[in-house]
Amino acid sequence: MEDIKIAPIRNGTVIDHIKKGQALNVLKILGINENTVGPTITLAMHVHTKKDPSGWKDIVKMEDKELNFRTADKISLIAPNATIAIIRDYYVAKKYTVRIGDHIKGLVNCSNPNCITNVGEPVEPEFDIVSHDPPVLRCTYCERYTTNISENLL
Amino acid sequence: MHSAKVDFYDRDIVSMRDLTRKDIEYLMDLAETMIPYARGDRVNHSLKGKILGNLFFEPSTRTRFSFESAAHRLGIDVIDVSQISETSIAKGETFADTIRMVDAYCDVIALRHHHEGAARLAANVSENPVINAGDGAGSHPTQTLLDLFTMKRSKGLIDGLNVVIVGDLKYGRTVHFLADALTMFGAKLTFVSPESLQMPRDIVDDIRKKGYDPYQTSNLNEVIDEADVLYVTRIQKERFPDPSEYKKISSIYRINNQNLREAKSDLIIMHPLPRIDEIALEIDRTPHAKYFEQAFNGIPMRMALLYSILGGEM
Ligand SMILES: Nc1ncnc2c1ncn2[C@@H]1O[C@H](COP(=O)(O)OP(=O)(O)OP(=O)(O)O)[C@@H](O)[C@H]1O
Ligand SMILES: [Mg+2]
Ligand SMILES: [Zn+2]
Repeated sequence: MEDIKIAPIRNGTVIDHIKKGQALNVLKILGINENTVGPTITLAMHVHTKKDPSGWKDIVKMEDKELNFRTADKISLIAPNATIAIIRDYYVAKKYTVRIGDHIKGLVNCSNPNCITNVGEPVEPEFDIVSHDPPVLRCTYCERYTTNISENLL
Repeated sequence: MHSAKVDFYDRDIVSMRDLTRKDIEYLMDLAETMIPYARGDRVNHSLKGKILGNLFFEPSTRTRFSFESAAHRLGIDVIDVSQISETSIAKGETFADTIRMVDAYCDVIALRHHHEGAARLAANVSENPVINAGDGAGSHPTQTLLDLFTMKRSKGLIDGLNVVIVGDLKYGRTVHFLADALTMFGAKLTFVSPESLQMPRDIVDDIRKKGYDPYQTSNLNEVIDEADVLYVTRIQKERFPDPSEYKKISSIYRINNQNLREAKSDLIIMHPLPRIDEIALEIDRTPHAKYFEQAFNGIPMRMALLYSILGGEM
């Protein structure tokens, strides 16, 4: 039993199969910090799994909060195989695999400091997704590649 | 032989990425028909009354005058609004607002800017079409187009040409886009540079993804005999902390009659200019030298762009 380390929750959201080491970035994408944290969040890093070739995964469980699936899509930028399970009364009520289109807007900053999107212009960074795993984004403006997603999360 | 009509009316020219092979062929054919007009042998002022706004946030006199000349040949008026960049920056106006204002003064904008991606942003906020005249270390599509046009004019066909690109392949922005565009035409690429100035990995990777495998070497002699096109770029002093290292490297890659002994008789040599001493003056008198023609070709190519974007008529 891989998930034995975390106690069952009654209601909330489980984000499972997060690429190892990315759980903290998942929290960052969800906008969880000292000001926004509410109900209990449990996180497990470096948990055994057979489903990932690396043998490891991270897991995040949030009590009393049902993640909206659109927000969840952002997670796929750093954890392309993550699953989202909505738990109601201890059972999995809905389950969903994160998915993102081939174009994103406003989630990540361009890693090129000389890009027009990084110099105070009123413009949201935009990217074409060149590869999901490992993530490679091509800036719509400067056309440079951004690969270090977690360092550039907005 | 003319390519199928492509509709460029009101289109932005931001990046080579936006252009298909068919688009480029159309522009090269149109540029060919512009040549007598570019020389002043024929006159077509069907675009009289239109205004080109040259907006150069960075000095680039050659590109600016080339646009200006191309516009005048077509009867298009030119206003140089570059000074606006100084006042707008001083007043803290955003670039986007500057563009919206310049947009109101003209029918097409030629933009040079120091930030990569500025042309895309300008194209998004401007009602009128924007032509990217170089943005930062980003794209410079009119240069790429005139380079391709020069090869096509000299060689008839770009497909299958052995193109050797030599010099600073790391920082020289023109060659990145040129190399990428050449693969669209199935040219065979060889990159010659000192180790420290090699073509960046992601550019080479992009080319590989398209199924080509550029040959990379630091030895020009090894590849010169096979070359159909030798594209020479400037090696800048600033790239070398040690001046003696610069002297050594720049002399190794200097093109002269001596290192062209093994070259094909119909080899063409190109250079985006200005040259410092990458190409010896003695080469100018040989039939290999195409760099001045290349500079001229910027006029008919920019005419082709203005003509098709603004809807000129023969
Ligand atoms: N009541 C609960 N409290 C906490 N976690 C739960 C609860 N119910 C299910 N989970 C977790 O939610 C995730 C999805 O549940 P599910 O039953 O679909 O798991 P599974 O069969 O292991 O599927 P998979 O691992 O392929 O996503 C799992 O990580 C599971 O451990
Ligand atoms: Mg499981
Ligand atoms: Zn960018």
